[in-house]
Amino acid sequence: MVEMKDLSTGTYVPDWCPGCGNFLILNALKKAVVQLKLNPKDVVVVSGIGCSSKLPQWINVFGYHGVHGRGLPVGTGIKLANKKLHVIVIGGDGDVFGEGMNHFIHALRKNINITLLVHDNQIYGLTKGQTSPTSMTGDRSTSSPRGNAFDPINPIALAVAQKTPYIARTFAGDLKHMTNIFADAISFKGFSFVNIFQSCVTWNKHNTNQWFKERVYDLQAEGYKADNIEKAFKKALEGYEKIPIGVFYKEERPLFEDEHPILKKTPLVKQKLEIDIKRFMEELV
Amino acid sequence: MKMDVNRLSWLIAGEAGYGIMTAGQNFAKAMVLGGLNIFTHVEYPSLIRGGHNAFAVRVEEDEVRCPIQMYNLIVALNKETIDRHKNFLTHGGGIIFDPDKITLNDGEVRADVRIYKVPTTQIIKETTDAIPVMNNSVTLGASMAVLNYDFELLAESIKGTYSKKKKANNMIDINIEVAKKGYDYIKNNYPNDFNVKLEKRTKKKKMMIIGNQAIALGAIKAGCKFLSAYPMTPATSVMNYFVSKEEEAGVVMKQADDEIAAINMALGASYAGVRAMTSTSGGGLALMAETASLVGMSEIPLVIVNVQRPGPATGLPTRTGQADLKFVMNIGHGDFPRIVITPGDVQECFYETFNAFNLADKYQLPVFVVSDKCLAVSIRSIPEFDTKYMKIDRGCLLTDEEANNLYDYKRFLITDSGVSPRAIPGQNAIFRSSSDEHNEHGEIHEEQDNRVSMEDKRFRKLDTALKDIPLPKLYGPENADMTIVGWGSTKGVVLEAMEYLKKDGITANFLHFTYMFPFHADWVSEFLSKCKMVVDVEGNKTAQLAGVIREFTGFKIEKKVLKYNGRTFFPSEVYDDLKRAYHG
Ligand SMILES: Cc1ncc(C[n+]2csc(CCOP(=O)(O)OP(=O)(O)O)c2C)c(N)n1
Ligand SMILES: [Mg+2]
Repeated sequence: MVEMKDLSTGTYVPDWCPGCGNFLILNALKKAVVQLKLNPKDVVVVSGIGCSSKLPQWINVFGYHGVHGRGLPVGTGIKLANKKLHVIVIGGDGDVFGEGMNHFIHALRKNINITLLVHDNQIYGLTKGQTSPTSMTGDRSTSSPRGNAFDPINPIALAVAQKTPYIARTFAGDLKHMTNIFADAISFKGFSFVNIFQSCVTWNKHNTNQWFKERVYDLQAEGYKADNIEKAFKKALEGYEKIPIGVFYKEERPLFEDEHPILKKTPLVKQKLEIDIKRFMEELV
Repeated sequence: MKMDVNRLSWLIAGEAGYGIMTAGQNFAKAMVLGGLNIFTHVEYPSLIRGGHNAFAVRVEEDEVRCPIQMYNLIVALNKETIDRHKNFLTHGGGIIFDPDKITLNDGEVRADVRIYKVPTTQIIKETTDAIPVMNNSVTLGASMAVLNYDFELLAESIKGTYSKKKKANNMIDINIEVAKKGYDYIKNNYPNDFNVKLEKRTKKKKMMIIGNQAIALGAIKAGCKFLSAYPMTPATSVMNYFVSKEEEAGVVMKQADDEIAAINMALGASYAGVRAMTSTSGGGLALMAETASLVGMSEIPLVIVNVQRPGPATGLPTRTGQADLKFVMNIGHGDFPRIVITPGDVQECFYETFNAFNLADKYQLPVFVVSDKCLAVSIRSIPEFDTKYMKIDRGCLLTDEEANNLYDYKRFLITDSGVSPRAIPGQNAIFRSSSDEHNEHGEIHEEQDNRVSMEDKRFRKLDTALKDIPLPKLYGPENADMTIVGWGSTKGVVLEAMEYLKKDGITANFLHFTYMFPFHADWVSEFLSKCKMVVDVEGNKTAQLAGVIREFTGFKIEKKVLKYNGRTFFPSEVYDDLKRAYHG
């Protein structure tokens, strides 16, 4: 049975800033893997580029660290090749909602059983503090010295608009909540999207851990049921005064890979390679 | 008058939307059913309705390797067809048209041209009130009569076409009926003295196949289970064919969000152990550039097909050209190893795509297969592929058992060959991969020494691969007055032009770069230095192959035959230009 220590990468340890929310996110992900009793060899964590996207380096499961914004299509390819694997795609707000936005929108409408975790620190961390697609209106950054002129993207609302099968938000300051949401999202049968509000201790002086702590409230603790898309939309639009965390929407639907005539059989990777093409040639005669 | 038997160049042309492609295919099929060989050539603009569409079929007793510029018989569906193509009619050639649609004034065509007026519209009206697309069947019937070919072969061809479509039965009957009326009209109203005749042969029946189908079929044969792509002319029929075989072949085609997603999905599938491919044309390939570099860095086997069309930018979407060579040779940032294959005909599209998968697995890198529109869409009749000796080789991909017995697995182990044993997720060999520079374990590592070792390791794969990769193929005698160099789809045209040259007493040989990279620099350098005269033939403005040869060998080619008008080479043109080069 997998334990926390099995997931450790030993002396190869994260290089994030002290106090970075990524440490807790990594911890929560490991805990979720343990909680779900997943076999590490059947877990693949895929990412793009950013501080957050380095996460696959420091958890002892299969890890693929690709290029900026492209974690989702890589994860999709892995899942379609071997549906037995648990595929978890990691990205930052810049990675997923900036560079990779096209893939994000498309992933929301394809019900392929992978989990997307976005470390949303509302800033470009690795490139040293530029405005990101989720930076708040008016916030100054190294790239917006006069303040962000635009309104942030609302990823939860986008997901609701697409009726994404699993939509949740959690907060990197709450390890327990994160762990439970991750475990729930990973075990959910369908595409699951979790947006993680996370502070960036170095570059984002506005949305600090304290700032979030004062605002977040737990949807499920309030008795909110994640079974109604209109209610989910209302919650998604609540803004930054009071920030709901928890599951916004959850609805199991047929999976792409279960409906597809080929994918629903044995995983592609296990199917036989040698194919007799005689009949295809005869068809052309 | 000289009479040709089984040597024909036929054209049907008119405005798009008139079923010209189907008609052309039916004609070609009728030829193949009669044991003859064909090569088709299509020209059309990038739009759905209107514009000038042309479908040419070249027919020969033996296998045909390329299209020719001249036509013996033209079916003109509008006046524009005659205006555009009349100067390409052979002496004594013919035009078939409907006098209700086209009026031809005296002197508009040469006196030697035979005119066949077939009242197509009227024939259709008398027979049925169904759709006028069947006009083409009348003209096909008329063509058979002019060429004195067996009508039953056309009937069989039409049957084949419509039985694949829905609402088949009465469509088949009506089409055959009107075709027969077209046939009879010619027989009853015109003398049987056209200067080309077709006779059926009892040869073994051939496949009719286009380059893109051959690529997709080569991939299927290679065990490629996953193709992700985004539609782009002229590459789209690769994905179309692949998806049409999903259930029978047990493969998956995933249309991607865009080309960036396409290559990343294919990469993901391959990382997970499935043979995977993506296919696109130049603009799409440009979007894939960053990930191509990632494929190189994370040492993933991947086959990337680029079916060229002329750029820059949107360029000429439905035309042909060979201007992506240097792009493919250099695509992606940084230095990383790759293999570039440039098949010259339909057979090579099939066999080399198959080989591309083996090479990708053996050397764990991107393998580019570069074709072009001319190769992609031209139907050619060929015997079935010989698959007896085709063996799948997955290189040092670990079996589950091997993976179970590993200790301290290093995915990027530094080896003499440069190739490291490859595990896949699900196996007992957990590892990490990073697009950042990494150590043997795949952990991010920025130290200088490691960096140098890793770059060297990755590039050693090319030294190893070079020994595995065929030399450029030499056609013709070892020694010749003239040596032609070329790559990709010009193969057939050059081979035919060489035959013409021979008749003039000029011996030529042809070095076809079927495998472009890694480049056999020493061999090519030595070979070219011994040649009396070298001429470069290729379909671009800047003589890219000549540039590549110079880059790797220092050998400067002065004489060039370049075509970049967006149209395919014809052997007569190449012959003229080669002759000029020879004397000039
Ligand atoms: C194609 C490309 N463009 C730009 C970059 C530079 N870049 C690296 S990380 C990053 C932004 C990261 O922001 P985010 O995804 O929010 O991650 P964070 O560092 O905040 O966790 C950028 C723009 C890159 N690596 N690749
Ligand atoms: Mg960020």
